[in-house]
Amino acid sequence: MKLSKKLLLIIISFFSLALCVLASLAFGARFVSFNEVLNTLIHSRMTTINEIVVHERIPRTVFGIIAGGAFGVSGALMQSITRNPIADPSILGVNTGATLFVVGGIAFLGINSPEEYIFLALIGAAITAVFVYGIGSMGPGGATPIKLALAGAAISAALSSLVSAIIMPREQVMNAVRFWQVGSISGATWEGIVTVLPFLIIGLLLGLIVTPALDALAMGDDIATGLGVRVGTVRLIGAMSGVLLCGAITALAGPIGFVGLMVPHTMRLICGPNLRWIVPMSALGGAILLTLSDVLGRLIGSPGELEVGIVTAFIGAPILIMIAIRAKGRTL
Amino acid sequence: MIENNFSNIKAGYRRRKYRWMMVTLFLGVLTLALCISLLLMGNTIYPISVVIRVLMGEQIQGASFAIGTLRLPRMLAGLLVGIAFGMAGSTFQTILRNPLASPDIIGVTVGSSVGAMVCILLLKMSGTTVSVVAVISGLIVAALIYMLSKVGKFSGGKLILIGIGIQAMLKAVISFLLLRAPQHDVPAAYRWLSGSLNGIQMVSIPKLFFVVIFFGLIIILLGRHLRILELGEQSAITLGVRTDLVRLLLILSSVVLIAYATAITGPISFVAFLAGPIASKLVGMGAPSEFPAGLVGAILVLGADLIGQFAFSTRFPVGVITGILGAPYLIILLIRTNRTGGAV
Repeated sequence: MKLSKKLLLIIISFFSLALCVLASLAFGARFVSFNEVLNTLIHSRMTTINEIVVHERIPRTVFGIIAGGAFGVSGALMQSITRNPIADPSILGVNTGATLFVVGGIAFLGINSPEEYIFLALIGAAITAVFVYGIGSMGPGGATPIKLALAGAAISAALSSLVSAIIMPREQVMNAVRFWQVGSISGATWEGIVTVLPFLIIGLLLGLIVTPALDALAMGDDIATGLGVRVGTVRLIGAMSGVLLCGAITALAGPIGFVGLMVPHTMRLICGPNLRWIVPMSALGGAILLTLSDVLGRLIGSPGELEVGIVTAFIGAPILIMIAIRAKGRTL
Repeated sequence: MIENNFSNIKAGYRRRKYRWMMVTLFLGVLTLALCISLLLMGNTIYPISVVIRVLMGEQIQGASFAIGTLRLPRMLAGLLVGIAFGMAGSTFQTILRNPLASPDIIGVTVGSSVGAMVCILLLKMSGTTVSVVAVISGLIVAALIYMLSKVGKFSGGKLILIGIGIQAMLKAVISFLLLRAPQHDVPAAYRWLSGSLNGIQMVSIPKLFFVVIFFGLIIILLGRHLRILELGEQSAITLGVRTDLVRLLLILSSVVLIAYATAITGPISFVAFLAGPIASKLVGMGAPSEFPAGLVGAILVLGADLIGQFAFSTRFPVGVITGILGAPYLIILLIRTNRTGGAV
């Protein structure tokens, strides 16, 4: 892709993101006109109701951008590590794993602070992802989409029974979990964002460090080794980065599926196979998609709102189905 | 020489038939034993003579209510639903030639769950309407998965992947419904979602019985063709099987069984998935495993209900127990099929 085209792409993306942010601040139970939104942002006043509403919407919008970006990068990394077009936190059972650990923590260890939530969710996410990938990659052909998807679905089913067994006798836990089981960014606060930020920064840095090596990996393990890449280490760091990014967001927002599946796919179609472009562009694309889905959820669900996890499932699942339809026979 | 071979084949056939009968008999006896113990056990343990007298229609203070109104419908529902899940699951696995392709893993069960949840939580309906809606939504989802996987070149793997995609959407709908439900409905909805035999009344049993018998019989009668289908599409056509018709009838009957059972008890996890492999291991290769799979399904449900009711200080719904017991087996099966490359 030529440099001018890339520049154009970047400009368009940032412009779309800005539009989405504006929309996210303007739409909701109470509509605030774009002019007013801009005025509020520039003068940072908090006097009229509209101005307060806009301020209230800032944390969730910021978190939407961060979360979408994290999911996009995480998906791009995981897809390239597993050489699998459908590697996504929701497919790998990461969400259920995180849920199980958090539920167990609430029920048995009596945890209630966000830090502990995040820590447990991360552990659960990591263990589940490794486990699912381990089982899905056994046998001839490695981690084919179908094996990975089945392993993820099966293990998610098993883990959800454990979740039910834990919450069934405890009604308070059940109520807490009910709201955590649907991904939503509406409850985002500055404190929450600050808590997950360190995990996200570490994840992002690790991801950016291994991206060039992952590019070499795409040519096959043998060639990559020949080029001086430590295949095992690169995979491990990449996977850690991917799990950190999506696990931390899941801990705060609950399961939001398919962003990590859709965005890298689209970016690969637009910018070609070079990961040095796909990873940052996926961050941008993820941010756009998640903010947009959140706005859509507010518009569709008005006067209330539809949780963003539900919106992304409905946009993303058809994409998964399309990938399945277009795949030719045995390549699944 | 040929004579000798022929008698060998005949002896083998007889041996397999004998084994099938012994296994089925054993499973039948085990099912019966579980049924009886579920009638005997509870807060009060009644002697078998009392149980028989209640079943004969005699009115006995306390026992008539406990056994006739509480335990009998619960036991019958467990038995019938287990048979339905077991037979339907095993049929799916055989047709799609993949032990992992049972209706609960590829999303058909979730389809009927969504229908039933909408009826129960949003429209406050109950009884037959819920069952009918669950059957219809299960059929629609199954048809959708099948039609989408027919686009381009059909393959079992594609069907499973599409099923998982659709399942993701349906699960989002379920979460949405749970979130919007009034708080006092939530525990009941959760219990239903994990599969429970609580609160089943005698009025829903006769219809369930009829559905299980009718569609179960179709599956058993078509089992012969299913054996031939296992040889591969071309061989089956050569041997005179109308493959498309047989497959359609079998899938249709399985979906109705699954969906109807789901409407009554909720999706009892892993029963449909586990029954088939266990049954075919017991009866051996090449023997019809649909009916034994139904019995295994019943044993799983009844046994898990026994455990769920009496083994812990809290009473767990049956689906939680089958889910936890089924998980290790599922993981072993996944590992084994992946090693041999059988998952695709």
